[in-house]
Amino acid sequence: MDRRKLEENFFKVLMIMSTFIILGGLLSVLIMVLLRGAPALSISMLTQTPKGGYYLGKEGGILNAIVGSLYLAGGATVIAFIISLPTALYLNEYASRSKLASFTRQSLDVLWSIPSIIFGVFGFTIMVYVGMRASLLGGIVALTLLEVPIMIRAMDEVMKMVPLKLKEASYALGATKLETTLNVITRQALPGVVLAILLALGRAIGDAASVLFTAGYSDNIPGSLFDPVASLPLAVFFQLGTPFPEVQQRAYASGFILLVMVLSLSIASRLLTKRFMRYVIK
Amino acid sequence: MLKDITLDVPEKRITAIIGPSGCGKTTLLKSINRLTDIVDGVKISGRILVDGINVFDNGVDVTNIRKKMGFIAQMPNPLPMSIYDNVAYGPRIHGVKDKRKLGQIVERCLQTAGLWNEVKNRLTEPASKLSAGQQQRLCLARALAVEPEVLLCDEPTSALDPISAGHIEGQLLALKEDYTIVFVTHVLRQARRLADYVIFLYLGELIEHGPAETIFNQPSDPRTKAYVEGVFG
Repeated sequence: MDRRKLEENFFKVLMIMSTFIILGGLLSVLIMVLLRGAPALSISMLTQTPKGGYYLGKEGGILNAIVGSLYLAGGATVIAFIISLPTALYLNEYASRSKLASFTRQSLDVLWSIPSIIFGVFGFTIMVYVGMRASLLGGIVALTLLEVPIMIRAMDEVMKMVPLKLKEASYALGATKLETTLNVITRQALPGVVLAILLALGRAIGDAASVLFTAGYSDNIPGSLFDPVASLPLAVFFQLGTPFPEVQQRAYASGFILLVMVLSLSIASRLLTKRFMRYVIK
Repeated sequence: MLKDITLDVPEKRITAIIGPSGCGKTTLLKSINRLTDIVDGVKISGRILVDGINVFDNGVDVTNIRKKMGFIAQMPNPLPMSIYDNVAYGPRIHGVKDKRKLGQIVERCLQTAGLWNEVKNRLTEPASKLSAGQQQRLCLARALAVEPEVLLCDEPTSALDPISAGHIEGQLLALKEDYTIVFVTHVLRQARRLADYVIFLYLGELIEHGPAETIFNQPSDPRTKAYVEGVFG
């Protein structure tokens, strides 16, 4: 066989192998968590808060952490979205080549790579300053800080890809910048916007370090924004740290619940936006 | 880069801007409705008068200028929405809210563009599902929906198959009764078929302009003569 054909085949095999290594890695994480957690998975785990002695292997569940995680990540994602969408649109449509825009992008890229514990400590410092204790609100603020750079930059990159000819079509009809931005850019960028939200949500719901000091932990479901709140990543962390095998199993089960939650959120949002995806110009 | 261009575009006629690639045909066309604004680094001097108003005046509302002029791009560029919404988009942003009235506008414009019979039963489908030729007629309908006085067409058939191109040419000929049409083309045969008036540009300069017959049969500049005879371009 001649050299070019060999080359072609070699790189094809290389790419296929890499893909399978990734898929294999993912699957083995899922399977390991499921196998280790399966014995502890039960209805009561999903429907009950920890009873006395739960952390010694007695009865109860982690409903407090499931609800807590949804509150924390949900709240943070909503706030982050409200800040991120206008920022991304501004960076792209109004200030695309300005110094302000490139400085903002640079800062966001730096923020993206800051370890989440720093956001946690930052949030904690401010909370101490204003005299607030660990609470749902504190956790939401810390997670919002964590989410915003991811969301803005991911949206920003998709909006950059909106073809100039679409903007031209809208402007040519006498549309203003705002009309073009809201009706054309956002619609065309919608799949990417959804992906940006999912990326940020995924990071927030799985993060333990930033909520450790800011949201605290509680065996109860919070009654207000100022109550401390549990979260699944911390539930995994605490349960895995106990010396009891039953409780350690529950850590894996909690991890599995977290995985399923993220997966369902991802599938649900795709289904919800499918109706609008049809209109995107390829 | 365009320089020293002074000319009048005749009303309710088809004017063709011809010339080899890169001579500034599209730039001239897009200057008329200020689509050049959205390109970075464009410098403008001079005046373009539409209804006696200089489109580059500071006080001018650019959305009004563009509303007066429908624009058909080289590549069909439907918006990311349904067929119906593509046509209704223009009237909506200019304040038409009544659903029945919008429906009438959409139907009338799609009929004028010769697309109504093909899409009347699937108006809610994405515009991207249409063929390229249908998309270009949709863009024509969309342009007509804001009731312009002028139609600016940038090589509107260059991305289409001959049959779809024929459709578009037919529509343009029919539309010159009511609209002033300016179109850019580098297909000389097309200019001969459609144009009443011809503008010949070469390397950013206006070489010659006049009635189509004069330009094609007795051009006064040797460069025009060479171009229409097919010596270059």
